[in-house]
Amino acid sequence: MTSQQTGSPHQFPTGSDAFPHRHLLGIAGLQPWEILFLLEEAKQWVDLNKKSSKHADKLDGLTVINAFFENSTRTLLSFEIAGKRMGADVVNMHAAQSSIKKGETLIDTAVTLNAMKADAIVIRHGSSGAVQLIADKVDCPVLNAGDGSHEHPTQALLDALTIQRRKGEISGLTVTICGDVMHSRVARSNIYCLTTLGAKVRVCGPPSLLPAALDRFNVEVFTNFDQALPGSDVVMMLRLQNERMNGDFIPSPREYHYLYGLTRERLMLANKDALVMHPGPMNRGVEIDSDVADDLQHSAITEQVEMGVAVRMACLDILTRKSRSVEGWS
Amino acid sequence: MKQIFTNARLILPDEKQPKEGSLIIDGDRIASADDVTKDEPREEIDCKGRILAPGIVDLGIFAIDKPAFRFGGITRAALMPDQSPVLDLPAMIKHNAVEGKPDLWSHPIAAATKGLAGTQLAEIGLMKRSGAKAVATGRQWIADSGIMLKLLQYCKSLDLPLIVHSEDAGLTAGAVATNGETATRLGLASATAAAEAVSIARDIVLVRETGAHVHFRQVTTADGLTLIRAAKAEKLPVTCGITPAHLLLSDIAISDFRTFARLSPPLRSEENRLACVEAVKDGTIDVISSGHDPRGPEDKRLPYAESAPGMAGAETLLALSLTLVRDDIVSFGRLFELLSANPAKILGVEAGLLQPGYEADFILIDEDSPWQVDTRKMAAAAGNTPFDGLPVQGRVTAIYKGGRAY
Repeated sequence: MTSQQTGSPHQFPTGSDAFPHRHLLGIAGLQPWEILFLLEEAKQWVDLNKKSSKHADKLDGLTVINAFFENSTRTLLSFEIAGKRMGADVVNMHAAQSSIKKGETLIDTAVTLNAMKADAIVIRHGSSGAVQLIADKVDCPVLNAGDGSHEHPTQALLDALTIQRRKGEISGLTVTICGDVMHSRVARSNIYCLTTLGAKVRVCGPPSLLPAALDRFNVEVFTNFDQALPGSDVVMMLRLQNERMNGDFIPSPREYHYLYGLTRERLMLANKDALVMHPGPMNRGVEIDSDVADDLQHSAITEQVEMGVAVRMACLDILTRKSRSVEGWS
Repeated sequence: MKQIFTNARLILPDEKQPKEGSLIIDGDRIASADDVTKDEPREEIDCKGRILAPGIVDLGIFAIDKPAFRFGGITRAALMPDQSPVLDLPAMIKHNAVEGKPDLWSHPIAAATKGLAGTQLAEIGLMKRSGAKAVATGRQWIADSGIMLKLLQYCKSLDLPLIVHSEDAGLTAGAVATNGETATRLGLASATAAAEAVSIARDIVLVRETGAHVHFRQVTTADGLTLIRAAKAEKLPVTCGITPAHLLLSDIAISDFRTFARLSPPLRSEENRLACVEAVKDGTIDVISSGHDPRGPEDKRLPYAESAPGMAGAETLLALSLTLVRDDIVSFGRLFELLSANPAKILGVEAGLLQPGYEADFILIDEDSPWQVDTRKMAAAAGNTPFDGLPVQGRVTAIYKGGRAY
């Protein structure tokens, strides 16, 4: 179950670390003050990233391995930039070039990465639970950069940071998440993050793309987008994978656009100053219309990318504090 | 020379509770009390008050794993055709029928279709001649109802039971878990539990049409059991089974991506689990088997969806089943109908009962002896049990196959 809010979320209990976890594998199970601490820490990097010299030396001499077993451009780039700006030596491993293709098991790969003495490993994998499997086998902190349909914690954190900056308090906001929730790790992590921080979350999508037992997740479930939108402060659209558009889950992209596409007209149903978000890459004209995506009054889509780097810098910093013997983190 | 096992508590046919007495063995068969004359030479064995029960007949295992079967008190095991290569030729049946002898008799089950692909009938008649006692669809469903109908007609004419796997493959396509909160939290592809009832419903209709005996190897949902109950009330020749996992665990056991709890069919909701317990109690379920499928780290230490389904169940079968006796769900007598008599009857072999003339396959049990399931210490070829760490009670202290101790 998602954690219940206890007391003021800005205060964490005294006598322990502000973030007492070895890895960041998911948002599920994090306390509200832990999430808010990560967001608070990220803010300093937002400012640094706006300067012309974007270098910090906190992770000087540390090695960060980005092990990506699933294709990714933006998340990999974001993690690479984050690691480099923090001063770490960043190495990228792509599955397509790795021994995975030669039949090596995931555990063997994990043991190999571990033997290279990384100080942090960032992992993306196409199978739910794969990142946890590796985390159990290595001695350094592991950051989940997305595992199957399970979790994508840094995406939820960057979304929360974006909302915070544009809307202030997250608590009390109504956030509508629309799209392929069934296959979306972004949706799951966001549901945990936003409900933990006290937002009212609505989930909307075609019945064929909504997972079972959503009523157990402290969210309101809709299959009619027009009914989900009124009163929404934030509208978060999910990417629809191309392979699911051809009759297996939905009949066609144009039917999906008709029922669930975020058009200008639909956006008018939400609150006047509603924020529009999308984790990217977008299918323009399918789940979101270009004039909505590009409307800077509403759209926070490029800001999400910007916040991504800052959030990942903060995560790398915080998770390596123990090994760097930062005072108070031993 | 005859052997007399004295001071035992016998699990006798049609008796609910163990009965104090002796068992007489003549060679490899059970003899009756009248067969022994007073001064005939004999060997007496004192059972010290232990339970003396028929050896377990394990219907539907995936590997012949003698150390595990000996630990679990299993004297006969029916081997599923899902082997590599598939048991779809008479020679393969003949080979596997002698694999475990003399201490374990294995009964290889003939594949219903070539390569278990579900499209072409296998040589069932020739496999029967080679020793097959039953036919099975393997770990999959036959989607083509036309093939299924022909198969049932064929099995009926050869007087062989057809053992089926009940999951509609269209509904379960790609799924590794049952729809529910746990699967959604883990982000695992899941399917509705109704896949089971949908497939059972079709097969029952075809049983009514053909009169063939169908054994539903694992029925794990309330809806599926309701259909079986109705078919039995109609006197259709259907039987069904289950493993202890579906009686004792619900889908919450797969939390944390525990691949040892990945089974086929997958673990169900708590409501369905309770319905299964009820069905054992009211007699709807005929067989409890281990589904023994030892799988090493190469199959299990993988991301959940990539791991193989199955559990090593032979060693824990008896101890876990005894919890049903302790919880007052079944009597001792009924438990051994589920474990021994009914599976032997389905296979048509003279075993599974302490009855004069039957094969002298039996076990001595200390039903209270406590032990702990430990994946690292198992006798099985691999320790993939979802019950790791569970304290249990009851173990086999001696095992006899054909009157000989092993």
